Order: sequence, then structure tokens, then C-alpha cells
Amino acid sequence: MRALLKLTRLIDALNKRVGYLANWAVLLSCLISAGNAMMRYAFDMSSNAWLEIQWYLFAGVVLLGAAYTFKMNEHVRVDILYTLLSDRGKKWLDLIGTVVFLIPVCVVIAYMSWPVFTDAWIGHEMSSNAGGLVRWPFKILLPIGFTLVALQGISEIIKRAAALHGDISLDTHYERPVQ
Amino acid sequence: MTLIPIELMPPLMFGGLVLFMLIGYPVAFTLSALGLFFGVVAIEHGFFGPAFLQAIPQRILGVLSNDLLLAIPFFTFMGTILEKCGLAEDMLDSMGQLFGPLRGGLGYSVILVGFILGAITGTVAAQVIVMTLISLPIMMRYKYNMQYATGVLAASGTITQLVPPSLVLVVLADQLGKSVGDMYLGAWGPSILQVLLFVGYTFVLSRIKPEWLPAIPKEHRTLQGWALWKKCLLGIVPCAALIFLVLGTLLMGLATPTEGGAMGAVGALVIAVHRHPQLGQGSRRVFWLGMSAAGVGVIIGIFAFKSLAFQLACALLYIAIVWLLVRAAVIADLRDLIKKAYESTARLTAMVVFILIGSSCFSVVFQGVNGGPWLEHMLTGLPGGVWGFLIFVNLFIFFIAFFLDFFEIVFIIVPLIAPVAKILLAPIVGEDAALVWFGVMLCVNLQTSFMHPPFGFALFYMRGVAPKEVKSSDIYWGALPFVGLQLILVALVIAFPRQVTMFLDDPVTLDLNKIRIELEGDNPDPNAVKVPGSDDRKDDANNNDLMKSLGGKSDDKSAEPSKEDAAADDLMKALGGKSDAPIKADTKPDGKADGKAAPAKGKSKEELASEEIEKALRGEK
Repeated sequence: MRALLKLTRLIDALNKRVGYLANWAVLLSCLISAGNAMMRYAFDMSSNAWLEIQWYLFAGVVLLGAAYTFKMNEHVRVDILYTLLSDRGKKWLDLIGTVVFLIPVCVVIAYMSWPVFTDAWIGHEMSSNAGGLVRWPFKILLPIGFTLVALQGISEIIKRAAALHGDISLDTHYERPVQ
Repeated sequence: MTLIPIELMPPLMFGGLVLFMLIGYPVAFTLSALGLFFGVVAIEHGFFGPAFLQAIPQRILGVLSNDLLLAIPFFTFMGTILEKCGLAEDMLDSMGQLFGPLRGGLGYSVILVGFILGAITGTVAAQVIVMTLISLPIMMRYKYNMQYATGVLAASGTITQLVPPSLVLVVLADQLGKSVGDMYLGAWGPSILQVLLFVGYTFVLSRIKPEWLPAIPKEHRTLQGWALWKKCLLGIVPCAALIFLVLGTLLMGLATPTEGGAMGAVGALVIAVHRHPQLGQGSRRVFWLGMSAAGVGVIIGIFAFKSLAFQLACALLYIAIVWLLVRAAVIADLRDLIKKAYESTARLTAMVVFILIGSSCFSVVFQGVNGGPWLEHMLTGLPGGVWGFLIFVNLFIFFIAFFLDFFEIVFIIVPLIAPVAKILLAPIVGEDAALVWFGVMLCVNLQTSFMHPPFGFALFYMRGVAPKEVKSSDIYWGALPFVGLQLILVALVIAFPRQVTMFLDDPVTLDLNKIRIELEGDNPDPNAVKVPGSDDRKDDANNNDLMKSLGGKSDDKSAEPSKEDAAADDLMKALGGKSDAPIKADTKPDGKADGKAAPAKGKSKEELASEEIEKALRGEK
């Protein structure tokens, strides 16, 4: 059990670091988007590379941030019944849900998206827009992102199981995300 | 093997959707798991080939390369910065003093400020929290009726949902495949009507129950005359500048809605820096220099756009902005504020887009097993025709909004009903305006979801920041009249579509430079001429439109191409997720490159393709 809990700490730390990247991507994409618009407006300077880097960053925000969001329990739930559950009930539900829903989904999508990346990598796929960017950095985010979420799923399973077993205490507090 | 007939698949999937979402596991993963599970079942039963599921990564990449969705982080970021920079506080204070002498004056000021803030950004949470913190104590001090006070605050906080540039309108535009500019134009009528309804209610109440909404006695007002006007202007001018950045640039065709959001966020940062007390004298001079450069630039721009003088003014402005942003990073307070803002923005964005990813997985399969025609059949079979449909859909959304938030509704429910809505509503307001009208109607309706007691978000936030002596029951009862007003507004939007469509361009006036020929998946006329809004990337929005690509409806038949062509086309659709093959310069090569991944063991491409076309034809009948 101790080894497993160590593993969860490792995964949590990894996803927290990756989550930082996602945070920075928000700021960066915002500045790039505004800067690009302003430069185009005044000086007619603009390039597809700057446009494309925005959605690369956006993909980074989503796929790299998803695992940490999951750790923070901020993926939205329909909480009418969930709030009625006991603390143990919530842990069981999360445990089963992660095993049945989350991990299979992430593994399958990561697996299916790997060839999408390798094709782009081998074929040196480029954007068809003039001055566009090379595609693989965008496409590799898909397998990476879903693998990270799957890893976080494993970590959460271990934590839930340990908490149900009484080894650790875990806060299952859930609040619907602010909009 | 056939255990489940294909007719049973859509109801099974729909039932599964409802059941499994209710158990409370995060929606994004439940949806994708359901989609994949039924996808595997369908492949086992031979309803479609494995290529259908292979399309999923491509769909997700399509979601992520969607320009419009970038607006989600930008608007959220902007809202968080604005919430904390003190602009709203000043405005509420000065407006309250301006309207204070009137009976119900504080109510008017809250509604007006809600409207102005709504025209800058689109986050309800920020608005309700700020307005409750500032205005509720003042209203309590002057003995406003508690139910009215909490109700008007919650309702005014949600005005932002409808007033452009609202995030709801952006995601609705994306899901409905309309241009954001059109959605904004369509939403102005109802949002002004909404303000009038709220103001009218306040006025009537102040006549019937004067003791509920007393005027503020003269001696309690600290500012008068010029000082008061100055403070009002100090609040309104930066707001006007931001509104220009976000909306004006869009209307003038200078920026996309997404870029408008990004510029608004930068503008909000600049305002936050400028308002910060720790900003040095030198930096303040830089600010004013930048602002004067902006002013001069606008004047020059009117006469000589992109002249050297204009570029010089812009360069000065940009240098000032960069300088102020650097200052923002240096001041510890502001750095923390920015850090908190982008952290919460990143998590919210990941959460929201994952719902969309989940619903993509679900929809791909749902459409693959003819879920579209099934829903269409059910919805068109409703008694009362179009009006029956509208009433049913609105009631459905109203009630489901008790449980789902607007992102879930827009991403999960709307793509399912939009094609039916388009067919049914087109005869009333015309092909182009049909979905804009429908979208605005849904937007007004979704606004109520923030005010439903006891789950409504706005009430929830208000409970969080309201003083202890405010009873929860007051908050709940107070919200009800405003939910009622909102429903009246929904009815008005249904009854008078003109208020939405009158601002839209007349479809007859074509700008020859902007005409593009598009072949749309669900358009019976393959050579339909469309005039895209000057502002937005319709193509990308359409990439995302699940109904079109995999709905099994293909107009290839009407064009009667050779079978190979049609089959190859169909396979491309399934793989690339690009339904509409617009003749456009920037067609991305994704479909081609990834086509290689798809062919499954034992079957040649042709076999797969013919399977897909058979499927498509079956869907047609």
C-alpha cells in the first residue's frame, strides 16, 4: 500500500507540474491573440503561424490541464444525487466510475490517437496555410493528454481505495465550478 | 449477430445518457464512455464499420483547433480580472448616488450597471458576487425589501448571459453553426427588452409598494453635482473603451470574436494596472501618453487609415500597453491576481472543453445509429406543429436547467435538437435567421437556470457573499418574480421573432467579395450560396458540427456523382470529420493524412467506403 501511495504522490506531482504549463498557456495564448490582432490592425503584420500557435496553446490548456482539473475534482458533475450520498458512498462512486468510465475511455482514445500523431510525425505533416506550423506538436498532445488523465485516474483510484480502507483521509468535497 | 435491432439503439443510448449522467460521475467521462461503449456494440452488430470510431481522435482535434472555443478562456480570464479590479464597485457607487433620490433608484442603478458590465464580459459569477458585495449592504441600510433586493441583484447579474459579448452566445453560435456576429446582433433586441422589463417591474413596484424601495435621503449622499458626474464618467469611460475593444472591433470587421476577447482581457489588465495605487507617477504618465496616442490614432484613423501617422500613434499605444503589462507583473498584488485568474481559467477551460469532447464521442455514435432521424421524428411528431415544438423545447430546457449548467446543455442537448429546429423554423423567419432566433431564444431561457431556486448559480453565489442576516428563503422567494419576467421574455421572443431578426442582414444584399460557395452536409441545395459574417471562421465552427458530418444524411445523392466518388467522399467524412467541403483556401490536410490510420483488418478501403454509403442511404430513409 505504501508503494502505491508513493505512486499517487508521484503522479499528482507530475500532473501538477504539467498543469502549470496549461496555466501559462492561457496567458500566452491570450497575449498572442491580442498582439496578433493589434499588429494586423495597425501594421498589416500577421501570419498564420501566430494564428495557429493560439490553438496549439488552447489544445495545451485543455489536454495538459485536464488531469490536474480532475485531481482538483473540478470536472462538472450532475450533483443532485451525488450530494445525497454519504462520504463513503461518494468515494465508492468515484472509484467505480473511474474504473468503468474514465480509464477505459482515456486508454482507448490515447491508443487511437497515437497513429494520428505518428502519421503526422513520419509524414512531416505541415499546415496547409501559408507560413503555417508543423502539425505533430499539436497532435502529440492528444495521446499525452489522455495518458495523463488515465494516470491521474489510477492515482485517484488508489487514493479512494486507501481512504475506504482507512489508510488515509480524503476530502471528497465537491463544488460546482464557478462560471 | 443481432441482439439489438438498430431502431432500439437511439432510445437505449438516450436512456443511458440520462441514467448515467444522473449518478453523478463527471459528465465528460460518462459521456465519452457511453459513446465508446455503444460504438463497440454497434460495430459488433455491424451497424457501422470500425472507421466510425477511428474518427473520434480527428473529431477531438477538430474541437481543439476551433478558433471560437478559444473565446472561452479569454472571456473567463477577462471576467476574473475585471471582477477584482474595482471598476464595478466604483460604478455601482456612483450610479447608486445618481439614481438614489428616485424611489427604487438603487434598483435602477443595479440593473444599469449589470447591463453595462454585461456588455463588457460574460461571467455571471463575477457580476453577482461583486454587485451583492457592494449594493446589498447599501440596500439593507436604506431598508429595501429584502426579497426585491436579492432578486434584482441576482437577476441583474445574469443579464450578462444575454447581452453581447456573452460566452453563451459564442458557444451557441459554435454549436448551431451560425456566425457569432449574427448571434450578437440578434441578441441586442431581447437584451434591451429584458432591461426594460426589469426596470418596468421596479417602477411598478415602487408605485405599488413605495416602502419597499425607498429613495435615499439627500443628506446621505456624499457626492453631488460635478464630483458625482465625474465619478460616473470615470466608471463609464473605461467600460466604453472595453466595449469598443470587444464588440466594436468585431462589428467593424477588424477582429474575430476571439481576438476581441483577448484584446478585452489585455484591456482589463491595463485598467487593473492603472487603478492600482502602487503604480508610480511615471507609469501613470505612460498610461496617459498611451491613451492620448489612442485618441489621436482613432481620429487619424477615421481620415487616413493605416497612414504613417496612424501607425505611429498605434506604435506609441502598443509600447504603453506593453510597459503597463510589465508593471503589472512587477506589482506583487497584481501578479497574484493575474496568477489566480489564469489558474482558474485553465481549469475551467479544461473542464468545459472536456464536456464537449465527451459529447463528441457520444454524438458520433448516436448519429451513426440514426439517432438524428429518431429524435427528429419524435420532435416533429409533437402536437401543435412548430409552436408545439418550441413550447416543448423551451419547457424541456427550462426544467433540465435545474440539473445541468449551460455548457452541458449547449454541448449535449443543443446539437441534438438544432437540425430539427432549423427545418421547422426556417419557414417562419427564413433559412438564415432560423437558428439565430432559436439560439437567442435558448439563451434567454438558459438565463433562468441561474435563478432557479434552490440550485441556481446566481443564488448560490449570492448566498456565499450575502451578510448572515439575509435569509436564504428571502433569496429564493426574491428570485421568483424575476424568473417569471424571464419567462415572459422567452414568450415574447417566441411570439415576436422580429426583435431578433430585424438587426440581421437582409439576405438579399450580397457582398460579392465575400461570397463563398459551400457544400453543406444537410443542405438540400449543394450549391447554396452563403454570405459569411465578416467576422468569423464559419468553417471551423462547422467542423465541429456533429450532426452534419455523421448524421448519415448526404446530399451526394442529389448531386449524383459516380459511386466511387461518393463513397470516397463519405469515407473522408467519417474519417476527417469535415462534412461541409467548402471550397476554401485553407482546407486542412488532416483528413488525408489520417486516412491511413483507418482501414481495419480484413477489409479494403472500398469495402469500408461502400458500407459507409449504405449506412448513409439507410439513414436517409
